[in-house]
Amino acid sequence: MTSLSKGAALVRQAVLAAGLILVAGSTWATAAEEAYEPAITKQLWSFAGPFGKFDKAQLQRGYKVYKEVCSNCHSMKFVSFRNLSQAGGPGFTEEQVKALAATVKVQDGPNDNGEMFERPGKASDRFPSPFANPEAAKAANNGAVPPDMSLLAKARSAEKSIYTWPINWLLQYQEYGPDYIYSLLNHYGPEDSKVCETGYYNTAYLGSRPCFAMPKPISDGQVTYDDGSKETVEQYSRDVSAFLMWAAEPKLEERKETGFKVIIFLIVFASLLYFTKRKIWANVAH
Amino acid sequence: MSGHSTYVPGTAFERWLEKRLPIISLVHDSFVSFPTPKNLNYFWTFGAILSAMLGWQILTGMVLAMHYAANDAVAFASVEHIMRDVNYGWLLRYGHANGASFFFIAVYIHIFRGLYFGSYKEPREVLWILGMIIFLLMMATGFMGYVLPWGQMSFWGATVITNLFSAIPLVGSSIVTWLWGGFSVGDPTLNRFFSLHYLLPFMIAGVVILHVWALHVVGQNNPAGIEPKSTEDTVPFTPYATSKDVFATVVFFVIFAWFIFYVPNYTGDPDNYIEANPLATPAHIEPEWYFLPFYAILRSIPDKLGGVLCMFGAIAVLFVLPWLDTSKVRSATYRPLYRQFFWILVIVSVGLGWLGAQPPEGGYVIASRLFTAYYFIHFLVILPLLGLIETPKPLPTSISEAVLAKNGHQPAHT
Repeated sequence: MTSLSKGAALVRQAVLAAGLILVAGSTWATAAEEAYEPAITKQLWSFAGPFGKFDKAQLQRGYKVYKEVCSNCHSMKFVSFRNLSQAGGPGFTEEQVKALAATVKVQDGPNDNGEMFERPGKASDRFPSPFANPEAAKAANNGAVPPDMSLLAKARSAEKSIYTWPINWLLQYQEYGPDYIYSLLNHYGPEDSKVCETGYYNTAYLGSRPCFAMPKPISDGQVTYDDGSKETVEQYSRDVSAFLMWAAEPKLEERKETGFKVIIFLIVFASLLYFTKRKIWANVAH
Repeated sequence: MSGHSTYVPGTAFERWLEKRLPIISLVHDSFVSFPTPKNLNYFWTFGAILSAMLGWQILTGMVLAMHYAANDAVAFASVEHIMRDVNYGWLLRYGHANGASFFFIAVYIHIFRGLYFGSYKEPREVLWILGMIIFLLMMATGFMGYVLPWGQMSFWGATVITNLFSAIPLVGSSIVTWLWGGFSVGDPTLNRFFSLHYLLPFMIAGVVILHVWALHVVGQNNPAGIEPKSTEDTVPFTPYATSKDVFATVVFFVIFAWFIFYVPNYTGDPDNYIEANPLATPAHIEPEWYFLPFYAILRSIPDKLGGVLCMFGAIAVLFVLPWLDTSKVRSATYRPLYRQFFWILVIVSVGLGWLGAQPPEGGYVIASRLFTAYYFIHFLVILPLLGLIETPKPLPTSISEAVLAKNGHQPAHT
């Protein structure tokens, strides 16, 4: 028996040693990379947490930034004008949405004569794309297609560290996308920086080097706000990040509200079942 | 297993039906009067939880299929249509995608419960093997389902995994072309994966029926690992096991709901929100979390064919497990050494899962190789030897005695 326990102890030591190698391995892997840590900082968002809701005024401002700045290069092909007046969104009225849609020209057709024609946009139209096709987008943007923005806020993630898994799960951290977009817009380096041969110096960019393909898109004062909010890059990027989160997850509020009711119901139901089960088993030793 | 049915037809219709199709007595004997060991703990509720998950996946999947289009030009857009325009589409899709994860969480707990309490041992070998067949079918279904949204990780995951078959000597590349229906993953691949993804769950349901049938022939194992000796040791399935199973399932769904409603993208890869692009390879291609231990085993072997063989071998070894474990004692409660090795295996399996998500370089590769080696050593060397050299603790004479000992009473009549 004692020799066997020793055997088991040996195996345990071996596993421990393997674990140590593992830790050492991860240290080597880190050392092998350049000492570049993207500067992504978590922000407080109104839509975070179990009762999170979008800030309507913020979404409206974000839409303005998107429309006047981002949409010059980025498409947003899964979002329609009508979404802007849907519950849990920026809260535009249907009249405002019709007016917004009417500002764009949409190609429609063919008509009864078999001809394509242009008409003013309707609420049911998707947001127009800035380029006719990916080739045109490439040609205008140094050979890279600017990514579609419909899902951007869910398609980027900062980290997948094993240490933060359980915490993120408990604290319901799902805002890595807007955190990243916000950080990117606020971490452009000086324009005369010589760090990057290609791309633009950006210390939040997730990559092996701090060089981002997109030039600094926005400066202080570029977009006019009507509600007295600050017209700074910091404020613009906060607003547009929130707007992109809404664009990627327009049913976020409905989801969280439903979730709260469902979970409360399930907990109450489980409690009743627990007492039922206890009563049934009361006379059986188990 | 209890001989004659205890079902008594109550009405004239029931008597009429019983003579023609004894289906009510079948259900009665299987889920009402079926004798259940009274000492089952909550790990025994995962069979019911898994049945619930299978039902949930089939139900949500069926409705999703009404709105989804399996065509590479529109698949990604049709998923977004479900998320944005279909009533409660977000609930269906998040419920189905997270449902896959929770199906696997439940099946892994179910399998490790079987490993701990020796549920695969004589006379439950066939029951165990049927369970392993279900596990394999689940893996195939999960993999193909992940391809359907046609995101970057769908496309590249499908490319990597189907390419594994090219490791087969001589006919490998022909097989891969045949699987793809072309010379790369494309529209024909997506279409057949959708067809199979809809078919396989019903095959799972079929094998589940066999699994439950086999269970009802040999009876349930239990934490003491000894067979019931008298009716004192068992309780009828309904209401005892039923009430416990339903309670546990609802608790499981509380955690499941937390994921669906609050962290729906937690288990997913952000890259899968980018539409599939055959011209842009993602920096890190990794499968869903439930495949990571096998992915780590695959990558730990420097040779492609060797890696594929080891990956499938990691599952194949579970099929022959009933004959690798030489110990006559089932439950780890009475096997002091096996209990330690069991927990080491748990740590190694979870460790392999973590390693599967790391880049294949430096210390990670070395650790993956050590862990892979240990995984096989556990089943092929430790388990056969352990049964020969381990001295088990004395077994209780009956389940009732085990219950009394657990509750701190002296064995005495009650």
